[in-house]
Formats: sequence, C-alpha cells, structure tokens
Amino acid sequence: MVLTGAEILIKCLQEEKVEYVFGYPGGAVLFLYDELFKQEQIRHVLVRHEQAAVHAADAYSRSTEQVGVALVTSGPGATNAVTGIATAFCDSIPMVIISGQVPTGAIGQDAFQEVDTVGITRPCVKHNFLVKDVRDLASTIKKAFYLARTGRPGPVLVDIPKDVSNTKCAFEYPKTIEMRSYNPVVKGHQGQIKKALQLLLEAKRPMIYTGGGVVLGNAAEQLTKLTRMLGFPITNTLMGLGGYPASDRQYLGMPGMHGTYEANMSMQYSDVLIAIGARFDDRVIGDPSHFASEPRKIIHIDIDPSSISKRVKVDVPIVGNIADVLDEMIKLLEANPARPDPEALGVWWKQVEEWRRRDCMKYRNSDEIIKPQYVIQKLWEVTDGDAFITSDVGQHQMWAAQYYRFDKPRRWLNSGGLGTMGVGLPYAMGAQLAHPGSPVACVTGEASIQMNIQELSTCRQFRLPIKICNLNNRYLGMVRQWQEMFHGGRYSESYMDSLPDFAKLAESYGHVGLRVDKPGDVEGALREAFKRKNDLVFLDFQVDQTENVYPMVQGGKGLTEMILSAEDL
Amino acid sequence: MRHVISLLIENESGALSRVSGLFSARGYNIESLTVAPTEDASMSRMTIVTSGSDEIVEQITKQLNKLVEVVKVVDISESAHIERELLLIKVRATGKDREEMKRMSEIFRGRIIDVTDSTYVIEMTGNQQKLDSFVGAIDRALILETVRSGVTGIGRGDRILKI
Ligand SMILES: Cc1ncc(C[n+]2csc(CCOP(=O)(O)OP(=O)(O)O)c2C)c(N)n1
Repeated sequence: MVLTGAEILIKCLQEEKVEYVFGYPGGAVLFLYDELFKQEQIRHVLVRHEQAAVHAADAYSRSTEQVGVALVTSGPGATNAVTGIATAFCDSIPMVIISGQVPTGAIGQDAFQEVDTVGITRPCVKHNFLVKDVRDLASTIKKAFYLARTGRPGPVLVDIPKDVSNTKCAFEYPKTIEMRSYNPVVKGHQGQIKKALQLLLEAKRPMIYTGGGVVLGNAAEQLTKLTRMLGFPITNTLMGLGGYPASDRQYLGMPGMHGTYEANMSMQYSDVLIAIGARFDDRVIGDPSHFASEPRKIIHIDIDPSSISKRVKVDVPIVGNIADVLDEMIKLLEANPARPDPEALGVWWKQVEEWRRRDCMKYRNSDEIIKPQYVIQKLWEVTDGDAFITSDVGQHQMWAAQYYRFDKPRRWLNSGGLGTMGVGLPYAMGAQLAHPGSPVACVTGEASIQMNIQELSTCRQFRLPIKICNLNNRYLGMVRQWQEMFHGGRYSESYMDSLPDFAKLAESYGHVGLRVDKPGDVEGALREAFKRKNDLVFLDFQVDQTENVYPMVQGGKGLTEMILSAEDL
Repeated sequence: MRHVISLLIENESGALSRVSGLFSARGYNIESLTVAPTEDASMSRMTIVTSGSDEIVEQITKQLNKLVEVVKVVDISESAHIERELLLIKVRATGKDREEMKRMSEIFRGRIIDVTDSTYVIEMTGNQQKLDSFVGAIDRALILETVRSGVTGIGRGDRILKI
C-alpha cells in the first residue's frame, strides 16, 4: 500500500486503537487534518488552547490506562503544548504528542512558525523524534506508543515536518518492535522479593507507603490483597490515592506536607517501611536527613531503577513491574504459614490508633460561611464517593485529596509532580469523554479555573456534563496561606481582584451557572447539579477566605514537625 | 571522586544533547566528554569524566541508562582500565628553546608533527596526569596554543563493553 505521510499517521493511530485525538490545527498539520476529516474511526476534539489538548489527552490516559494522543501545529502550537507535556512527564503519564514542523528543507532557516520542538521538549519527554523521512514514520509511531506505555510510562513527542506528511511511501504497520537500547526490566528479582517478605514478616512496626506507580501499574487489586493479608497500616500519596480503599480501617490517609498526623507519624516511626511505586518526594517525606534520623529498614519496589536510593537509602530494592512483584509476594505468602507477630502488630496498631484519635482532619464548620472542606465532604456524599474528581492546584486541591475518600484507582486526577494550575477543566474533559455516563467533577479555585476557562467552549461543543466546583475564596489561597504563615501576612499579589460573575460566564457559554453563598445551600446545589445529567453546571461556592490547609509540614522541615491547626501557629 | 563512565549510544542526531542535557539539568559535573562512532557505524561510544559522591555517580549511571538511546553504561574506573588523551600543543621553538623543546618532547614520548622556523606542533598521548606534567614542565611563555581531546578509556583484559 502506497500512502502519504498523513495517511500513514492516521492508519497508525487507528492500528493503535486511538479513540480520541485532542488537538488544534495550523499550517504545518493541514495534511494531517485533511486525513482526519476523511475518516470516522478516530474522533478529534477541538480544544481552545493547545495546553488544554495535552491536559485532556493526559486525563484520558489517567482515567483509562490507554495512551492519550494530542495533535498540535508547529511553533506556537508546540510551545503552547509544553506545559501539558511537562505536566504529564512529571506524573509519568503515557502519551503520544504529534507536532507539525516546517518542511524539512526549511528547518534551520528560521522559517515562519519554526521552533526546535525536539530541543524545547527534550527535558520533559520520555523520548522524542523528528521524522525526516516518510519511510521512518510508521516505525517511529510504533516506537512512540511502545515507549510511552512500557517501563516507567511517559509522554513521547513525534515532530513531523509538513513535507513528510505529504510524501508517499509504502506502508506497513510493524507488528512488533525491538530496540536494542531499550529493555525495561519487568520481572522483579526473586531473591530480593524473598528478602523483602522476610523483613516484612519480622517487622514490629511495619508501614506500607504507596504512590502513583500502583495506579499507573494497575496494581491496586494486588496491593489491597497483600495489605489485608499482612494487616499493616497503609498510606497513599497524592498521586497514589485510590490505590488502596480510603474507607478501609487499615488506611491512614495521605502522608506528607498536608498529610494526616497518623500517616506521617507511622512513616517516621516504622521499623520496616515498604515503598511501592512512590519516590520519597520532598512534599512527602520533608527533610530527608530528618527522615533518615529514625532507624528503619526500607524496601522499595519501583519500575524505574533511578527512583531507588535517589533521596533516601534503600535496604532492599526491587526493580520491576509492581503488579507482578506484588503477585509474587502474595504467592509466596500464601505458600508460607508464617505471619507477622500478632502481639507486636497489636502494640503498633494501638499506637497508630492513638495517633489517629488526634483527629487531625477535624475543622470548625460554620452556619454562616461555607467552609471549603464541607463542600468536598458533601461532594463525596452526593456522589457516593464514586465520581471522577479532577482538581487544579492550590488549597482546594489539598482539601479534595483530604476529604474526598477514593476507594478506587484512576478516579483522582491532579497534577502532582509539576503542580500545574489550569489542569482541572481539561482533565475533566478527558475523563468525561473517556467515561461518558459517569459523574465527573472538577474541584477548582477562582484563580486556577481562569487559566483554562476558554475550555468551557469545548465543553459546550462536545456536550460534556462536567460539574465544576469552584471554591471561590477570592485569593490565590495557597499563596496567601504561605504569606500568612511565613511572610508576616504581607499578601503580595495574592488577592484576586476583578473576578467575573462565574455563573453568568458559564451561562454565556450555554451552560448552567449557580452561585452558592450559604452553607445550608451547598448540598442542595450539588444534588441539583448532579441531577442535571446533560448539563455542565458551574457551582461558584463563595467560601471562607481565611481558611488554611492543615495539617501542614513547612517546606524543608521534618515529617513529624506538623502544624495541626491554627492554634499551633 | 573522579569517575570515568563509558557508554554505547545509538548514533542518532540529538543523542549527544540528550546526554549533555541530562548532566546540566541535574547539575552533574562533566570534566570531559568524547564521542565517536564505533566499528558499527550505527553506534557511538562515549567517554565521560565526571566527579561526585558515590550516590551521585550511581544516579548518573542510572539516569544515563534511562535515556532511550543509551545501549549500555559502565563505570570503567571501578576496575582496572586504561585512559588515554591526545594533546596537540603548538610551542615557540627558536634559539636555544628549539633544542630544549625537542628534548622535552622526547622525554615525554611526544612527536613533533609540524615544524616551521619558529614553531613546533607536538603530538602526545597519555593519561591526564602525564599530559598535565608535560604542559607544566615546559616554559609557559613558549606555549602558543593547546588542544586536548578529552579522556577516552577502555577496560583491561577481558572486560569488554559491547552489545
Ligand atoms: C501555572 C502555575 N502558576 C503558579 C502556581 C503557583 N501557585 C500554586 S497554588 C496557587 C494559587 C491557586 O489559587 P486558586 O486556584 O484560587 O486556589 P486556592 O489555593 O485558592 O484554593 C498558585 C499561584 C502554580 N502552581 N501553577
């Protein structure tokens, strides 16, 4: 079959069973768009800004485990996409981004809309390619999907010059791919797995700490099974929420900067800590030397060897596919009658429960003014804890993570690594398209939502019935909180002036907008919103401007140096 | 601690910038970096001289291994190995300096590969210290120009870096 580059690309995407392409056209990708036009298998979602295209494709992937696909033009199309790509990279999301490039003959001539896309994106992709010859196109696309989804996943960019998309060559989609330079380890080392299990069985104060790797590696089921078999306490990081059911007794909440007292104390004072698909991030363990000051043995399971012993020294490293390693552990445990010492475990649990009784998540509710935590609690109730929840970045993100209890993986979509304001609405778009019948809510702030507010138009075009919960505190709340605590209350540029009437703004896009001022109206408004199965509803909650996120570990401090409430300040 | 890292990498455009970009992005030191294709033209061999604590060097090797185009990485300085570097040095060679320069070059087993009335170009190979000592031993005022290739290295005996 002799086809043009554009035809080849579309055929490749079809072969990869791509359902949606999120994108925005322009000169360098016109041939590609022409081919998209001529077929029906792949649906294109026209966003209103390329950043949103990449975020939406990223969310499609997060919520389904498929590879997300975005398509942008050269120059500004590609540069607009960079924040989206970096966001996906920091959270290891499998994606393929196709960018147009000026014709091969014009590369290097400072042509119109020419940028070195491969150069600009190099530090924030798993890998990228510039396809200079149409004969390499099919194999490059095959490689891109393969790289994106195997090993530690990540975004892969393919830059296609305009002439390549219009040149013909014989097409055959490669069935398999071999790369001598890329052979990710999948099977964990048997000896190490046995050693780890031995340590776990001998532990007196064990703790399980898991991250995004469990979600991305589809290992939630195995994790749940193993955790129940062992009877140990467990914590899931911001990226790992839903990896273990939050409503279970063994679950201690999220660890870290805004983690629970019991999770942080148990991490710090455990004698054996098993980290699974987590990376001892600075937002999770605080100061690494303070963390290392308590003696404990650490087991670390990760697909990426470079994550191991990067920030803390690990005693038993296991490199491999998490689901397979956990399966192996379960198998060994089933064959072995030995169990952790119930007495020691009982003493440890007594301690853990004592920490839990501090009830660090309590907050003072009010009849007068809406507390943001209360909105999330009600959101959880109204959706039976079973919605797809996306968030932006700031205080609302932390409250969503703390008060919406995720029982399933891939339900919580947020930018954990890069912390990108503006992801919330496009994430909700990607999740809603992937799960058309399911409730999807975007928890956001009045500042974050304005970073991609133009996507209300995309939502209208594609009839996406997202529920936006805007926790409107008229502040860059998280910035204000730090300024209050660490900068003498000098609120430098953190007040959000001249806000639009969000309800009316939503209405002008053809959606439903509701402003909610009273705590008594919160639940009713949420119920009303979720009853409207076909409408996007923008709920503009006027919340307490002065509320802060607790508990808090100040940046650079030790994990147990927590500020539990305003009284601690 | 100084380390010499050897790696095999796909000979593709952009591969070098992935390596150098990794070092600058993560704040690792590069003392020198040399690269050229191997007998198999589709693959290049790179030698990087770096320094850092054991933890950092372990991270460097892991991060290099993570690059999709990198085929193999070894820290050759972990065991018996040979290092060589090429020096080309242009010196003033007039009057009594002319004979002295020739003598010094011979002592260090250099070769004079270009001669004019007033200059020599001396070629010398050796490890870093040897070249450093030669450059240190001759009169600094006579040095017109120096160029060094950076270190390349290979393991001794049956330590082989190949796919
Ligand atoms: C693109 C981007 N710019 C700046 C920041 C820094 N930042 C983190 S949280 C925050 C405030 C967010 O305000 P808002 O969306 O209203 O949420 P709130 O904290 O009030 O809940 C800012 C500016 C960021 N994370 N991302």
